Amino acid sequence: MDNERIDQIIDKHQCEASSLIQVLLEIQSENHWLPKEALERVSEKLQVPLTRIRHIATFYKAFSLVPKGRHEIHICMGTACHVRGATRVLDTVQDLTGIKPGETDLELKFSLETVNCLGCCALGPVMEIGGKTHGKMAPAKTADVLKNYE
Amino acid sequence: MARLNSPEKLEKVRQKILSRRDPNTPCISICAGAGCIASGAGEVIAAFKAEIEKQGLQAGVNTRETGCPGFCERGPVVVIYPEEICYLQVKPEDVPEIVSQTIKEKKVVDRLLYVDPTTGEKATHESDIPFYKNQVRNIIGSNIKIDPKSIEDYLAIGGYSALAKGLSRMSAEEVLEEVKKSNLRGRGGGGFPTGRKWEESRNAPDEIKYVIVNADEGDPGAFMDRALLEGNPHSILEGLTIGAYAIGAHEGFIYVRQEYPIAVENVAIAIKQAEEYGFLGRNILGSGFDFTVQVHQGAGAFVCGESSALMTALEGRAGEPRPKYIHTAVKGVWDRPSVLNNVETWANVPLIINKGADWFTQFGTERSKGTKIFSLVGKINNTGLVEVPMGITLRDIIYKIGGGIPGGKRFKAVQTGGPSGGCIPEELLDLEVGFDELTKAGSMMGSGGMIVMDEDTCMVDVARYFLNFLTDESCGKCVPCREGIRQMLKILTNITKGKGREGDIELLEELSEVAGDASLCALGKSAPNPFLSTLRYFRDEYEAHIKQKKCPALSCKELIAYHIDPNKCQACMICLRQCPAEAIAGGKNRIHVIEQEKCTKCGTCFEVCPPRFGAVKKISGEPVPSPIPEDARTIVRKSKENE
Repeated sequence: MDNERIDQIIDKHQCEASSLIQVLLEIQSENHWLPKEALERVSEKLQVPLTRIRHIATFYKAFSLVPKGRHEIHICMGTACHVRGATRVLDTVQDLTGIKPGETDLELKFSLETVNCLGCCALGPVMEIGGKTHGKMAPAKTADVLKNYE
Repeated sequence: MARLNSPEKLEKVRQKILSRRDPNTPCISICAGAGCIASGAGEVIAAFKAEIEKQGLQAGVNTRETGCPGFCERGPVVVIYPEEICYLQVKPEDVPEIVSQTIKEKKVVDRLLYVDPTTGEKATHESDIPFYKNQVRNIIGSNIKIDPKSIEDYLAIGGYSALAKGLSRMSAEEVLEEVKKSNLRGRGGGGFPTGRKWEESRNAPDEIKYVIVNADEGDPGAFMDRALLEGNPHSILEGLTIGAYAIGAHEGFIYVRQEYPIAVENVAIAIKQAEEYGFLGRNILGSGFDFTVQVHQGAGAFVCGESSALMTALEGRAGEPRPKYIHTAVKGVWDRPSVLNNVETWANVPLIINKGADWFTQFGTERSKGTKIFSLVGKINNTGLVEVPMGITLRDIIYKIGGGIPGGKRFKAVQTGGPSGGCIPEELLDLEVGFDELTKAGSMMGSGGMIVMDEDTCMVDVARYFLNFLTDESCGKCVPCREGIRQMLKILTNITKGKGREGDIELLEELSEVAGDASLCALGKSAPNPFLSTLRYFRDEYEAHIKQKKCPALSCKELIAYHIDPNKCQACMICLRQCPAEAIAGGKNRIHVIEQEKCTKCGTCFEVCPPRFGAVKKISGEPVPSPIPEDARTIVRKSKENE
C-alpha cells in the first residue's frame, strides 16, 4: 500500500486525529494488514504518536500487524455455536491446517481466527471462509470444505 | 428531491408515494438479512429476478429485499403480497413454480408452507405460524414490509410521522415527558430508565450535547440490533433525532461494529436519504432544529459496548472504560453531556411519540414496559429473533414460540444476558421475563440473547466458556478484572480437564466476590455471573467434575471417552471411514474397535453410527472397557450361516 493511497484515506477523514480508528480500519480492509510503514505515515499525517497508534492497533481485534493468508477462516465461537459443538470444529481445523487462532501458515494459504458471533445462529456451528458462510459444520464436513481451497 | 420544510409537505409526499402504489400489485418480499443470506437468499433473489424477466412480468410484479423478519431457522423466508403467503426454506429451484403458480395463478404452493410438527397442519400466512402468532411484533414486524435501502418504503408505512409530530406539535419538554411517562428502560443491558437519562443530559449546563446509538452488539449469540439496523435503519435515525430534539443535541453518532458490513452500508444510505429529504441537517421540517449524524465503526472490542469505553473509542482512542462518578449523560464524549442508548431503545422512541406513552405501557409488567426482542438460539427448534411483551414466561418463549428442544432431548437451562448474565434452570421456566425478575434469578435481561441448552451441555463448560470470552475481552485497565477473571478461568479450565481440586469452588467464590466488588466497569463486575449462576443451580455438576472426574453431560473432552459396544457393532464401516484421526480398527465383518491413544474425541463416530445400531457409546467417570480380543472380532452373520 503506497503513501498516496494512505493520504487519500486520511484526507477523506479531514485529517482529524479522532478519526484515527476509522483510518486504520480502512487501511486494514484494503490491505488486509497494517504494515509498519503505513502506521508511520498515519502517525506523521495525523500528528499522533506511534505509541498511541500501536496501542490502538493491538487493542482492537480488527487489526493485524502481520500479513494474512489468501483465505481467512473465521470460526464462530458464539454461545449458540459453542453449545452446538464449535470447539470440535475448531479443533479439526487446527489439526488440518496446522495453525492456531491468530496464526497464518507459511505458504500464506490460510489464516485462522475465532469470532464471537456471525449472527446466523440458526446455521451453527458456522465457519466462514473468505466471506462465504458454511453452516451446520461437523468435524468430518470441515475437512471436505477445506479441501476446496487452494 | 427538495428538502421537505414542513410536516404538511411530508404528508403530501407520503400521499404521493401511496397513490403510486397499488396495494393489489403482487410483491415478492425476500429476506436478505444475514441469516437468510448465509442460507442462500442471494441465489433465491437472483432467481426471482431472472424468472420474472423470463416470464415478462417486470411491469406487474415487484420484488423487495427486506431485513430480517426473525424466522432464521427456516430461511430463506419469502412472503408474497398482497395475500401475505409465507414460504419457508425457499431454494432457487422453487422459484419458477412460485412465479407461475402463486403470482400468475394465485395458487398456493403447498410444499413450501410451514407445517406444524405436532398437528401436521399447514399455515399459509405468517400470522398463522405459531412462531409468529405468539409474538407482539411492534418493532421488528416492519422489517419484512420495507426495503431498508428505500426511504419511500419507510415513508409508505408512516415513517418520520413521529418526528414531524414531535417537532411541530410538541415542545422538547413534552417529548421528554412522554418518554418518561412510558417508563421505557434501556434495552442494551442495564435497564436504566431512558427518560431519566435524557433529563439528566438536558439539564446538564453544557451547551454542546451529543446523542449516540450503541450498535456495538458484542454478546455472542445475540443479533437483534443487527436485524434492526440492517432491516429498518430509518426508524433508528428517527428515534435518535427525536431524542436529540428532546435533549437539545445537534450532533449524533452511530457506533456500529465493523463486523456488521450490511448494517454499516444500510445506515450510511439511510443517513444520506434522510439528509436529502430534510429529516437531518439544518432546519429539519421547517422547525428550526438542526441535527447531523455520523457513523463510527467499532474495530472489534467487546468492552466498547460499555458507555464510557464506547465514548473513548469515539474520540479515536483505545476503548477503555473510566470510573463513572459523574454519569456520561453529564460528561461523556469530549467531556460533553452524551446520551447513549441501545439500537432497540431508539427504535421504541418513534412508536412512543406516535402512539403515546399510554399505548406503550399497555404492554409489559409493572416495572418493565413494552416489548423486548430476544435472539432465541442454541438447542432450540425455531432459532430466530422473537419480539414478546415483557412479562411473558420463559416457558412460553421456549416452547410456544421456539417450538421446544430438538431431537427429543431434555431442556436443561436457558442463558440470558450474554457473558454478564446467567443460566436459568428448568424449575424457573415459569419466571416472567422482566428486568428485575431476571436479576433476582441470578441472571439479567442484558441485550436480549437467549441461549437454550439441553442435557448435552455441560454447565461447568458454559461458565468456562464465558470466562474465556471475558478474559479475552477484558481491556486490562483494572487489576481485579484483568487478573481475577484470568485466575477464575484457570481454575475452571482445570476442573473441565479433570484436574479440579477440593476447595476450588470456594476459591472461585472468593475471586468472584473481589472481581464483582472491585472492578472498574460492568464487564468485570458482572464477569463472575456465569460461574455464580451455574453454581447456584448446578452445583452437583461442579462436584462431579472435581470429585469423580466425571462430566455428567458427557461434554468435557478430557473427561470422556468413546467406545464401541462389541455386541452392537455390525461392522458397517461407516465410522471407520469417516474417522478423521484413523483411530478405528476393523474391517468388513470385523467388529470395530476405537484405539484410545489415537482418538481425538471429535465425536464423528458417535454421530455417524446409524441409530438402529447405536453401537458407539460416550462414557465418563468410568474406565474404558478393554477391547475385545482380536480373534473374537469376526462377525458371523446369521443369513450367511444358513447358506
